[in-house]
Amino acid sequence: MSIIISILSGFALAFFAPVLYRFGCGATGWIVAMLPLCLTAYFSSFIPEISAGGNTTESFRWIPSLGINLSFYLDGLSLIFALLISGIGALVLIYAGRYLSGHPHLGRFYLYILMFMASMLGVVLADNLITLFVFWELTSLSSYFLIGFEHDRHESRAAALQALLVTGIGGLALLAGFILLGQAGGSLEFSNLLHSGDVIRNHQLYAPILLLVLAGAFTKSAQVPFHFWLPSAMEAPTPVSAYLHSATMVKAGIYLLARLSPVLGGTDLWRYSLTTAGATTMVVGAYMAIQQYDLKLILAYSTVSVLGILTMLLGLGTELSIKAAMVFLVGHVLYKAALFLVSGAVDHETGTRDVNRLGGLWRTMPITAIAAGLAALSMSGLPPFFGFIGKELLYEAGLTAQSAAHLLTGISLLTGMLLFAAAWEAGIRPFIGRQYTLPKKPHEPPVSLWLGPALLAGSGLTCGVAPGLVDISLITPAVSAIIAHPVRVKLALWHGFNPVLAIGIITVVGGLGVFAGRSKLIKILPQLSNDFVFSPTYLYKRSLDGLMMIASLQTRIIQCGYQRYYLLTIFTVTSALILYTLIRLGGLHGPVSLSNIQFYEVGLAALILMGALLSILTNSRLTAVAALGVVGYSVALIYIIYGAPDLANTQILIETLTVILFVLVVYHLPNFSQLSSVAARIRDALISLFAGGTMTALVLKATNVQFHPTISSYFAENSVPLAHGRNVVNVILVDFRALDTLGEITVLAVSAIGVYALLKLKPKPEEV
Amino acid sequence: MDTILAIVIGGLFAAGFYSLLRRSIVKLVIGIILLSNATNLLIFTASGLTRGRPPLVIEGADALAHPHADPLPQALILTAIVIGFGVLAFVLVLVHRAYQTIETDDMDKIKGIDT
Repeated sequence: MSIIISILSGFALAFFAPVLYRFGCGATGWIVAMLPLCLTAYFSSFIPEISAGGNTTESFRWIPSLGINLSFYLDGLSLIFALLISGIGALVLIYAGRYLSGHPHLGRFYLYILMFMASMLGVVLADNLITLFVFWELTSLSSYFLIGFEHDRHESRAAALQALLVTGIGGLALLAGFILLGQAGGSLEFSNLLHSGDVIRNHQLYAPILLLVLAGAFTKSAQVPFHFWLPSAMEAPTPVSAYLHSATMVKAGIYLLARLSPVLGGTDLWRYSLTTAGATTMVVGAYMAIQQYDLKLILAYSTVSVLGILTMLLGLGTELSIKAAMVFLVGHVLYKAALFLVSGAVDHETGTRDVNRLGGLWRTMPITAIAAGLAALSMSGLPPFFGFIGKELLYEAGLTAQSAAHLLTGISLLTGMLLFAAAWEAGIRPFIGRQYTLPKKPHEPPVSLWLGPALLAGSGLTCGVAPGLVDISLITPAVSAIIAHPVRVKLALWHGFNPVLAIGIITVVGGLGVFAGRSKLIKILPQLSNDFVFSPTYLYKRSLDGLMMIASLQTRIIQCGYQRYYLLTIFTVTSALILYTLIRLGGLHGPVSLSNIQFYEVGLAALILMGALLSILTNSRLTAVAALGVVGYSVALIYIIYGAPDLANTQILIETLTVILFVLVVYHLPNFSQLSSVAARIRDALISLFAGGTMTALVLKATNVQFHPTISSYFAENSVPLAHGRNVVNVILVDFRALDTLGEITVLAVSAIGVYALLKLKPKPEEV
Repeated sequence: MDTILAIVIGGLFAAGFYSLLRRSIVKLVIGIILLSNATNLLIFTASGLTRGRPPLVIEGADALAHPHADPLPQALILTAIVIGFGVLAFVLVLVHRAYQTIETDDMDKIKGIDT
């Protein structure tokens, strides 16, 4: 089994999932979860090799001329993400099978979510930047489908579109950044770029590259001011929120920043932009988290906050901060996915997610309550959970930052306290205290709904108690990959009495305080409403409305529905373009060789022009037919004069047929009528004269351009020796270019069939 | 003569365009005929005119004697004339049928009719 198969198998299963669901019904969740389970086992088999400092690459040619390959790269960083994606994927699939059981579109849901899983694996395993970009966009697309899964609800559709537009615009910036990066680094493969970090950092394109890549990463990972799509995305079914919008997809931006750290990182621009964005996001996210009453929104805003923490840690770029980022990332995935799944289970069993209406659920849902409690304790950073180690490292990284250490530590502390409160609000408060009357009578959910949270929360505890399980095998290779030189990470719960411990204790005390006084705080603290004039949500709405307005205006102007206006546009624009080209290529050509003109030629020309004029001005159908005949036969005479007897033959024949046909049909048609106003006719006449004049200029120019003679002289010389024909025109038609003539005959045949069908086939009366 | 033919071609195009811009559907057909003639003449003239020397190889010779009219545009135009007739026949019948079904020859009234 190779890496590409591990990705493609996800897509393959995705397309079979709806069929599978038709046969497997309730058990489908368990069945499809087998794939991510196998993938987890497969990726785990790389742990010994990767933790020994190795990596694996795999490459297939795609568009080699552009340096685009379907290539994959598995190192410590990819591995940790791949394991999280497949492992949590399995749990979420099992959960979703039950959570959405009976939903009419559950089969489709499996398709979307498996497609997402495969795409996300593609993102973290891709070596080629373009390959990564394709998978990156596929995750946005599957996220769109999943957020809009309840597509009959307007909110779902709006949220889906919002997420797609925000991440999609970021994606475009990212593509531009990648292309520039490929130019600056001379390769589109990460594995090559890793070694040319210094070249790229000193390249003149460095700043644009970084800003474009950051635009992609920040939109995807919901950094302020692009964070607003993530809470809206909570319209998605809860398993989706747990999987895409907390554990994996929103981490794609973090992954990208981590992946590009050795290439783009280490400069002041990198440090300041990442720490500023990260620090802002972590505070804003946490601040908004404690103001929410919906379980999912609390979790969503706290996810925003954590994404900020991760961005800031990557921005600091020290070994300690990278270590903190990886530990925090794993810890967050474990507790946040668990809490999301719990919130879904609570919603499923009680019918509400409003924290003010939930309480005392531990009596009726003990297993869920334990899982939620463990996850919440890990999230609040209490020992002996993995979240505690992450939080300690965060403070330590803040204290040892190169600049603004106190500020960053202060912000981290504030965020830590707020997140503590949010964790208790979402994971503990619904299960303690008094019970309320609920829309549904709660009871313990089935195993598929508590298995995921229990396993994830249990892992958070296990990794905290025994960090040796993950530090050498997973964290060390990931940190080494980001720093691009081997390091050794040793994690422990106890670091002795030091400032970090003191900050930790302050966090707990402060957090408990915020939790206890939350209802009072909400009243005092200013609301960061989504509707104030310069909020990102407001700006998003306004720009979307503006876009729609311009689009409809443009459609009204361009797509007016009148054939003649389309034609007018085409005539004018084409003529203007031709004139422009003619003038650019050496100017217009004046009249030539006015001598050597025979009087009958002038007569013919006058005849043609008069015929044409008469045919368009007359209201009599017979006059029009006669005038057209004059034009056609005169053209035939011109062909005769200038050495084209075959053309004259054909023209006379066809002209005769045309006249007959016209006379036959035209008497079934109405008399010509003057329908348009005088003004319209003058306008049309002027534009027609302009376009006709352009054609005259074109002919004058063309007769003075010497064509390359080879083609015609080939026919002139080879007609007799090769084709044994003396009429060169005929030889071309039936010998040298006989296939074209066959095509011509086919056109005639098709036209004849069309004529027959139009004349003979009438719709049956009931169809009219 | 090139100049005079250039004016003739321009005139034919102008008349064809004007005809296409009319609201009466029958005038469309006239426009198409005029355009077809104009285009053929355009190709014919643009490739250079040679008076009275058709591209025929005389008995006993192996190749065309210079000067001779260019055979290639003639072959192209010959095809174009025939195809133009095919298109014209189809358009004419289509207009006829459309008139029978919709019972109007005003292009503006055809808008939005779905039959």
